Amino acid sequence: MKIVIVRRISQVFFFVVFLWFCIVSSLGTEWWRLRGWPVNWFLQLDPLVALGTVLTTGTLYSGLSWALAVLVLTVLFGRFFCGWVCPFGSIHHFVGYLGRRGKPLSRSLELNRPHAGQAVKYYVLLFLLCAASGVLAARILRLVFDTPPIFLALAAVTIVAAVLTVRGLRSNRRKAYGIFLLMLGFWTAAAFVIPLEQVIRSSLQSGLLDPIPLVYRSVNLVLLPLLDSSTRTLFVGQRYYEGAWLIGAVFLVAVLLNLKTPRFYCRYVCPLGALYGVLARLSLWKIGRVADECTNCRLCEANCEGACEPAGRIRVPECVLCMNCLDECRHDVIAYRTAPSASGEVLVPDMSRRGFVLAGVSGLAVIPLVRLGGGMSHSWNPEVIRPPGALSEADFIARCLKCGQCMRVCPTNVVQPCGLQAGLEGLWTPVLDFRIGTSGCQYNCTACSHVCPTAALRPISLDEKLGRGGFAGKGPIRIGTAFVDHGRCLPWAMDKPCIVCQENCPVSPKAIFVREHFATVRDGVVEVKSAEPLSIRIGGTVLKPGRYAAGDHYLKVSSEPEHQRRRIVANGEYTVSLSPEHRFAELPAAGTRVEIQVRLQRPQVDLERCTGCGVCEHECPVTGRRAIRVTAENESRTRKKSLLL
Amino acid sequence: MKRDSDEKELNRRDFLVRSARAGGFIAAAGLLGYRLHDDTGARGLSSDEERQAVLADYSVPGTSRKMSIVTGQDRVTSVRLGLEAMGGIESFIKRGDKVLIKVNAAFATAPALSATTDPRLLSEVVRLCLKAGASEVAVTDNPINDPQSCFALTGIGEAARSSGAKVIYPKQTFFRPVTLPGGNLIRKWPVLVTPFEGVGKVIGMAPVKDHHRSGASMTMKNWYGLFGGRRNIFHQNIHEFIMELAMLVKPTLVILDGITAMMTNGPTGGSLADLKQTNTLVVGTDQVAVDAFGATLLGKSVHDLPYIMKAEAAGAGTADFESLGPARVTAG
Repeated sequence: MKIVIVRRISQVFFFVVFLWFCIVSSLGTEWWRLRGWPVNWFLQLDPLVALGTVLTTGTLYSGLSWALAVLVLTVLFGRFFCGWVCPFGSIHHFVGYLGRRGKPLSRSLELNRPHAGQAVKYYVLLFLLCAASGVLAARILRLVFDTPPIFLALAAVTIVAAVLTVRGLRSNRRKAYGIFLLMLGFWTAAAFVIPLEQVIRSSLQSGLLDPIPLVYRSVNLVLLPLLDSSTRTLFVGQRYYEGAWLIGAVFLVAVLLNLKTPRFYCRYVCPLGALYGVLARLSLWKIGRVADECTNCRLCEANCEGACEPAGRIRVPECVLCMNCLDECRHDVIAYRTAPSASGEVLVPDMSRRGFVLAGVSGLAVIPLVRLGGGMSHSWNPEVIRPPGALSEADFIARCLKCGQCMRVCPTNVVQPCGLQAGLEGLWTPVLDFRIGTSGCQYNCTACSHVCPTAALRPISLDEKLGRGGFAGKGPIRIGTAFVDHGRCLPWAMDKPCIVCQENCPVSPKAIFVREHFATVRDGVVEVKSAEPLSIRIGGTVLKPGRYAAGDHYLKVSSEPEHQRRRIVANGEYTVSLSPEHRFAELPAAGTRVEIQVRLQRPQVDLERCTGCGVCEHECPVTGRRAIRVTAENESRTRKKSLLL
Repeated sequence: MKRDSDEKELNRRDFLVRSARAGGFIAAAGLLGYRLHDDTGARGLSSDEERQAVLADYSVPGTSRKMSIVTGQDRVTSVRLGLEAMGGIESFIKRGDKVLIKVNAAFATAPALSATTDPRLLSEVVRLCLKAGASEVAVTDNPINDPQSCFALTGIGEAARSSGAKVIYPKQTFFRPVTLPGGNLIRKWPVLVTPFEGVGKVIGMAPVKDHHRSGASMTMKNWYGLFGGRRNIFHQNIHEFIMELAMLVKPTLVILDGITAMMTNGPTGGSLADLKQTNTLVVGTDQVAVDAFGATLLGKSVHDLPYIMKAEAAGAGTADFESLGPARVTAG
């Protein structure tokens, strides 16, 4: 079998597996639901996920060790992942093929020539890694000065460099030593003068462009909900995701760019491809030219996916091992083997020193810059409600990949991709929106915390979430608190009975309780004309028949004690009838003032019991801007927001 | 610039063909504009009105005053004895009947918390229906929490499927506007009607639960779960709404499960401490009477539940359950 056929089979296989994992990522008892399927597997294979979280947290979380296997294979074989496994790469490969089909050979050759822009992805990678490694870099910087032997050695080197600079060897060396001293001085000043840990921050942003989180996010939050809206196999109702258009647009643009240049995303943007590219120089096996018998027909470049010029000086970091060159070569000059290419190799990515510094420094600077806004500290946004199990915001941002797995798995669709509410860094991280979805955060559910591949939502047990068993002392996990808006709540503001929020509060005893209040209805003060034990006739005001018959209205004789009220069961224009157990023992005299009152149960929130699940907000009949709304106050992931003593 | 006329003179034939084409297009556009012309603008809800659905009367003639009250701890035995005391399920379900069971699956909680219809009780009722010759048994509800989670976590979905019934999830397209003739509240309101299509018999199954707004949630309030849209606004006038529910839905049978009653914190419950063993199961054809009896399990009287008196006054049944002469059975 031809090697390209094997490659295609591999691509199709992994793509189908990926799709399968997307489909089964939902709760249910059927075999095709989330029942032990390793749905995060592609995320765990991703070395950029592993590296990013190692930089931000210093640990390699559980399943992310799979990435080591990919690293080993990459060092042995090169960028096989891009050409053989990556589901996003396979989409690009296919669409790129459609795009160049039927084009003349000369055009194909032109499209697949190496392009200087291919270096961009390395800058992207560097930018993202630097954004993730600020804290670590600051720590290392301090470590040098806090460790005497290293410090002394450094001092010695500095003195030598200084002497050499002053005495001068050759003029060009002198300049290099000068730069070295300048940088050293800057470093010393930075480490000693500025308390770096206060300034430098790190944040995991690689998930924005990392193809694996990107393709998970796009398929799960955009494609599946769109496709399922006609079949309704996966979900009973339509799934909604806020800002899905942006996720979809990024995906669509990335895919459609293949019609312009094959594998545009892989060649110019993909930070994961860049990481593999950096590692590819170490690979044992490489594509290359066997001998100098090449006729320079350049057929090998006609379908070159990586634009790596296999017949010339092959750009090893760009080669995605599509093997098309091997297949196309009529003279068997191209081979995949351990010996270097006969026509030479370019082993390192084509990066300029200035670009390197620019990407690195801006990566380090961007996170502190964004945090100057204060969104991570004092001006935190109360609308940002994180799923249960979320770490404190800074730790959460250091781990969240924006892969959308929590949003996909949430049975009630309440976990949503964040827009800019949580700041620039929080784009596409999970937040809860209680107006969307089939219910609030489901009381008996911890699914999102268990599906999270990086433990940005740490896995919690139901006992921990609900504050039961061994967690009884700690109390439940709160994601926020419900606040009743007295200006909008029907019993509070409009004298209408309601308490849907109280009814639906899933906590036992309920976190929402009610206070009874009797309010005299508008134009409800009337005079008795005549009375019978079970009814009165009134004068003056005309009542709307049946209006006070709903079981919620009471008659209060103004002269009677405050607690004595008589339930109304019916009313006509001039009559009010009472419930038999509330009959008049002593008939009120004509001219007695009576009030028609409505019994209201006004909701109150018990701060100690409310978990912020948002079922009340979801069910509130004031459906525009809800009359009871959850905000992040009192969430248990940080003491700073606590309202409890 | 090159013009066509440079290459070829326009001959008469071409001129006629082109004129005909242009004339045809102009005529078609004019005709279409004339046909689509609309003087009045949008016509509001008229299309909704055309699609309105009605719910049939599912009661079996001559059985309107049947009721049995079973004392027991086992739901399966109790419901079997209760039905036998009313002449057996065969007097309600005939061979070939398609049966719809409206359960209470409102919340995604475990069956032990008694906030929802008990799965074993459901299984037994499905089994009895099929034994009586029902051609098909379907189970439905439009729960408050997420539907898939509710049917899964309450055990209702599994119980229905394993005993041979089919579960109908409340898909958006299954709702159509319904109006209760003479009703004040139920007017063109979206109701889960598709599951009723072709159905001959309807059984309502509800647990006995405390409910802060209405006083109690039993078989009449259970029909709330057939409603869609912004149904929560009916809480403003809940007693009249429950009365209208009882007028709208005329079931074959209702089964009120008071083996365990939720005394506090209803209708969600959430803790075993909210429950009390009341060891009673009621089967009946008069939902008003059944609920009136159910109120006593919660230590309430019919006067504490205005909707019961309203439903009686509206002719949906009688609150004086003793007048039906209910069969009283003890199940071990």
